[in-house]
Amino acid sequence: MKKEFYNIANLVTKNAKILDVGCGNGELMKYINENISKDIRGIELSKSNVQKCVEKGLTVIEGDAEKDLKQFPDSSFDFVILSQTLQAFLDPENVLNELLRIGKKAIVSIPNFGHWKVRLHLLFKGTMPVTENLPNEWYNTPNLHMCTIKDFENYCMQRNIKINLKNLKFQNLFSELGIFILEK
Amino acid sequence: MNEKDKIKTLLVKKPLKLDCGQTISDFPLAYETYGKLNDKKDNAILVFHALTGDQFASGTNPITKKDGWWNYALGPGKAIDTDKYFVVAANVIGGCMGSFGPSDINSETKKPYGTNFPVITINDMVNAQYNLLEHFKIEKLFCVIGGSMGGMQVLQFVSNFPNKAHTAIPIACTASHSAQNIALNELGRQSIMADRNWQDGFYEEQNKQPDKGLAVARMAAHITYLSKAGLQEKFGRKLQERDDLKFSFDADFQIESYLRYQGSVFVDRFDANSYLYITRAMDYFDLTKKFGGNLSKAFEKSDTKFFIISFTSDWLYPTSENREIVIALNAIGKDVGFVEITSDKGHDSFLLDVPDFLNTVRNFLNKSYEKI
Repeated sequence: MKKEFYNIANLVTKNAKILDVGCGNGELMKYINENISKDIRGIELSKSNVQKCVEKGLTVIEGDAEKDLKQFPDSSFDFVILSQTLQAFLDPENVLNELLRIGKKAIVSIPNFGHWKVRLHLLFKGTMPVTENLPNEWYNTPNLHMCTIKDFENYCMQRNIKINLKNLKFQNLFSELGIFILEK
Repeated sequence: MNEKDKIKTLLVKKPLKLDCGQTISDFPLAYETYGKLNDKKDNAILVFHALTGDQFASGTNPITKKDGWWNYALGPGKAIDTDKYFVVAANVIGGCMGSFGPSDINSETKKPYGTNFPVITINDMVNAQYNLLEHFKIEKLFCVIGGSMGGMQVLQFVSNFPNKAHTAIPIACTASHSAQNIALNELGRQSIMADRNWQDGFYEEQNKQPDKGLAVARMAAHITYLSKAGLQEKFGRKLQERDDLKFSFDADFQIESYLRYQGSVFVDRFDANSYLYITRAMDYFDLTKKFGGNLSKAFEKSDTKFFIISFTSDWLYPTSENREIVIALNAIGKDVGFVEITSDKGHDSFLLDVPDFLNTVRNFLNKSYEKI
């Protein structure tokens, strides 16, 4: 399992009620289900990934986070997880609002466009950055709304969303990935 | 062996009050079982059939000599594995495979009930079948499962008996029959009633059968079970054993011949009045009615884990209607999974060899059974 998932799993509490939005093949859900909380379910767009979740015995709903989060009542989960998909939504602002509505806390991770490798790539090569976390070319990337850790922090500050973050300057330059716990 | 001897029947002594107001008792409920009930009695699955199904879900139907209607999904080593699970399937009341239905003899008049048979509902069907749990001394079913009208019975069962099934798999169904579906059922009923052999429903005492009307009803319904793409791919404009159009009303096209065949074989195995009564039950189905239009309330007391399945090309019970059930369950925090299976086989997909569907059912059942 990738390191990001261990980091996210460490942020949720024992037996919490959790929704994994864009849960992929269920790898993170399975880990949390077996080790931290049985009360976890996922929502996933890809049919083949949904099948993989069912194979793992996980509760999964085939659906689109941009449309289908509205069916969940306010504060119906202790944690709502969104791993590296925020930047791919047509309307990330709406999705963030929904996450904070249905979850008491939201755990959000984003690929950091402010990482030094990304900055250097654009500065010296003059082409759109292609890195380990951003493997696609400009014409086939699913990422519509790239941002940096600093951008994301500014966004949350402006909207009075509580965000845990230290050493912003350092993080923004040296972290390829930002993982945040958000609260309204 | 007499035909009737091949049908297992539970005589339900307990009175059952029907939604129409009448009470029935001492009525036959025909059923079949597959696999073995284990000592803990925790491996039982109740299968509900669709409009024209019956209790013979697997193997060979001993009456029609045809394959069981769910042979692809149900049997030893199959998705619903009868080496592992004990499966019970009953013929719905109103049906024509041994359960109390309109062709039964009315003890007062000594004649078949015909249209004097009480109008029954999905609720009545489910309440009748609940007697099977007591019969087999099953405290809690592992699963209730069914497609189409079978799915409606699954929903009704969980609503009526919220703590009697660990899991529920409603497939390709709805919580409330749509105007389009009522319209299509009415088309079938009017076709039967327009057959002069129907005789207001008392055809049996006159030794007549409204075969033509029933066949047309089946033909129309059969189209709704398929998809446009599926039909086009299978038949297109292919001609039936001829090189060119005959400029007549014979079955020039393969699709015409196919539908005529489907109609003609159907009348050999199905009773016209049963078709009327069962389609009526489907039309009356609206699980939200008792709950002021709020479907969530139908499931409020349930501790059942739901898994809902729809098919991309099903326009009779489309994904949107299946999703309504998912939404209602999520609104009250129930454990619900949902999958839409890609298939061009239309509503009938749940009866056919659709590997993604069969694997999904198998995985859900086996993984859920580990956890009970």
